[in-house]
Amino acid sequence: MTIRLNGKKRELEEPMTVSGLLSADGYRPELIAVEVNLAIIPKKDYGSTLLAEGDVVEIVSFMGGG
Amino acid sequence: MDQKKDTFSLGGHEFTSRFILGSGKYSLDLIRACVENAGAQIVTMALRRANEGGLANILDYIPENVTLLPNTSGARNADEAIRIAHLSREISGSSFIKIEIMRDTKYLLPDNYETVRAVDVLAKEGFVVMPYMYPDLNSARDMRDAGAACIMPLGAPIGTNKGLATKEFIKILIREIDLPVIVDAGIGRPSQACEAMEMGAAAVMANTAVATAGNIQMMAEAFKKSIEAGRLAYLSGLGRVREDRADASSPLTGFLRDDEREE
Repeated sequence: MTIRLNGKKRELEEPMTVSGLLSADGYRPELIAVEVNLAIIPKKDYGSTLLAEGDVVEIVSFMGGG
Repeated sequence: MDQKKDTFSLGGHEFTSRFILGSGKYSLDLIRACVENAGAQIVTMALRRANEGGLANILDYIPENVTLLPNTSGARNADEAIRIAHLSREISGSSFIKIEIMRDTKYLLPDNYETVRAVDVLAKEGFVVMPYMYPDLNSARDMRDAGAACIMPLGAPIGTNKGLATKEFIKILIREIDLPVIVDAGIGRPSQACEAMEMGAAAVMANTAVATAGNIQMMAEAFKKSIEAGRLAYLSGLGRVREDRADASSPLTGFLRDDEREE
């Protein structure tokens, strides 16, 4: 299954939830927000949101800025 | 005077510090010292695609009691700014948002028209909306009417350290707009921040001036002091200017010399 993660193609070997993707990549949930197909996924739904073929996923966080 | 009582309000939240500090362009391990030396209660940051886990995150370095002010930098129109605001609120857990919308990557000048649109939508959703804007009175009125919590006119283009190039227009906004006017962008030196405060600005925001200083933490403190000085000067009322002649500060009688006319 292929999704688009932060602008790049990403192959997922098995059906995966948002939680699964975050822990596979080592993200700390309290520091990020996740958007799937332009809809923000509430943190409480990370474990129940299954990613699907072709999903466009954005994982964002804060950086230094003015 | 008791500085603790001299507060300003943003969306019903009271602040005593009038120095809003940016967190861009310097290393994360300096942020805590900078925030402390600046006495800042509000710190801005940007939202970007996240690096994978394991890397340091700015939120680990910002003191707990500081209000996070995410900006919408990178947005080219109102819709992109609104999207960034929603994502930012998801992380910060608070509704403070600084609207920054630029179509122009050379001068980074804010698009007031799109900014008004974003203010309108986000204020209705309950955000504390702080729009970065070009100091234009008509746009400022539109932003106020759309529910902005303050306005943030630029002194000079972002990151230039050129100071209060738009001084006369910011003065008009301070006179005419009954919201906190926070001078943002372009302020390069403590003396310029001080002048903005003497003019009656509610606060000053600075980033590059601190980040590009020789000693970043020391400059944060210099800005803090200059902003406090400017605020006190504004509250006390500046002395008048006399153009036509000098006006001695010392008495003009009792000099240690004989009056020539009596000889």
